[in-house]
Amino acid sequence: MIRPDAEVSGRLTEAPSGAPPIPRVDVDPFSNEFFENPYPAHEALREAGPVVHLDKWNVYAVARYAEVHAVLNDPLTFCSSRGVGLSDFAKEKPWRPPSLILEADPPAHTRTRAVLSRVLSPAVMKQIRDRFVDAAEVKIDRLLAKGSVDAVADLAEAYPLSVFPDAVGLRQEGRDHLLPYAGVVFNAFGPPNELRQTAIERSQPHQAYVQEQCQRHNLAPGGFGACIHARVDAGDITEAEAPMLVRSLLSAGIDTTVNGLGAAIYCLARFPEEWARLRSNPTLARNAFEEAIRFESPVQTFFRTTTKDVDIGGHGVREGEKILMFLGAANRDPRRWADPDRYDITRKTSGHVGFGSGIHMCVGQLVARLEGEAMLAALARKVATIEITGPVKRRYNNTLRGLESLPITLKAA
Amino acid sequence: MPTIVFIHPDNRSESIDAVVGESAMQAATGNGIDEIVAECGGNAMCATCHVYVDENWIGRLAAMGDEENALLDGVATERQPSSRLSCQIKIEQGLDGLVLRLPERQV
Repeated sequence: MIRPDAEVSGRLTEAPSGAPPIPRVDVDPFSNEFFENPYPAHEALREAGPVVHLDKWNVYAVARYAEVHAVLNDPLTFCSSRGVGLSDFAKEKPWRPPSLILEADPPAHTRTRAVLSRVLSPAVMKQIRDRFVDAAEVKIDRLLAKGSVDAVADLAEAYPLSVFPDAVGLRQEGRDHLLPYAGVVFNAFGPPNELRQTAIERSQPHQAYVQEQCQRHNLAPGGFGACIHARVDAGDITEAEAPMLVRSLLSAGIDTTVNGLGAAIYCLARFPEEWARLRSNPTLARNAFEEAIRFESPVQTFFRTTTKDVDIGGHGVREGEKILMFLGAANRDPRRWADPDRYDITRKTSGHVGFGSGIHMCVGQLVARLEGEAMLAALARKVATIEITGPVKRRYNNTLRGLESLPITLKAA
Repeated sequence: MPTIVFIHPDNRSESIDAVVGESAMQAATGNGIDEIVAECGGNAMCATCHVYVDENWIGRLAAMGDEENALLDGVATERQPSSRLSCQIKIEQGLDGLVLRLPERQV
């Protein structure tokens, strides 16, 4: 798999004298084989060196915590405005108009980011908290009445869909476009493989739905969407920018939490000792969710593009190169985490990069944590056992790690 | 190495050695001060590293920015004039002896 003796020819600036060549790794992180079990490849990528070259897609990558964290926290050197997928916006037309926040750099990013930060702030979370907690309890009561359910469709998808679209202020009609749209967005960050091409080919109806829902007249008063549009009146953003920022909520606000919740339930179903600890102390719910984000890393990867010739761990990389960051590998790097392959609901998770880090760190992280805490606390209080009762099926996506199906039986406490 | 004194909610005080250049949040989480949660890892996003700065010290800290000010409106315990986010307090030699009170909860 690793050919550390081979140099990447012709693509490097003169490496610092004496620097070893950048290891080439023969891994396709966007293949079904990788999606099924990324961990041996993650380890190989980390051990190969601080930066590696993926021949399959002709791109550089970092998989160790220190380098992933450093790249995330140097947005001027490792920019987002050329796209955070493999496609380089300087060379290819983006599949949709670029995001004003995800695919932007300072100073443009600073202004739009401030708007979403305020709309999704800790103070706002206090206002929506009770609604989210109540909905989680209702959901668990209903699932307990059924007994045998699919933890993906009936819980990990159903719960966010029961709270988030209302919080944004979306109309009832057409919400079935939300998950398919997000699926396209996250597949589109990947390389031009079948997943990406098929997703984009089929994206038109989902794009049309999202574009329409982002308009001011379709967003209920008091919701996140209306709050974004209200910032037009305050002069913080233009009328054209507001729908684009609502689009960011619809792109990144649902499928991510679906896979986060799915990860947490899958962890608790697999590790009964941790489930027992959670049951005996439901106040651990929030950290149990956070640890599931570290452990499974529902968002596995993002790219940056170098804005100048740079040094990564002693290796030279030229300006204009895509760098793939393996968030999931960083979150299990033994250089940073003790016993990294253990799901431990009391772990000190602060510093994990499951939500990213730096100026582009997930702006909706507080909503995700609220959903995760509410759901896991309801489970811990109301459910005695979570048993996996059928084949666990993985869902394939170029960016998101999660399940297609997780059949479980819940028994009431 | 500047010393920072954390006062737990039960009034027990604990002194730790901080490193110049790190944040008070990093000093706390690196020294087992469990009341500092820091969910966002120091990115000024989550308001879970809230502290009450001792009145003798509050005026000696660098002024807070707009983002920190807005985040403090969302802290879990009551916001007071002495409230700060510890991830935004950068440790300098001049802060040797800084006293920070820890809130009952962060979420």
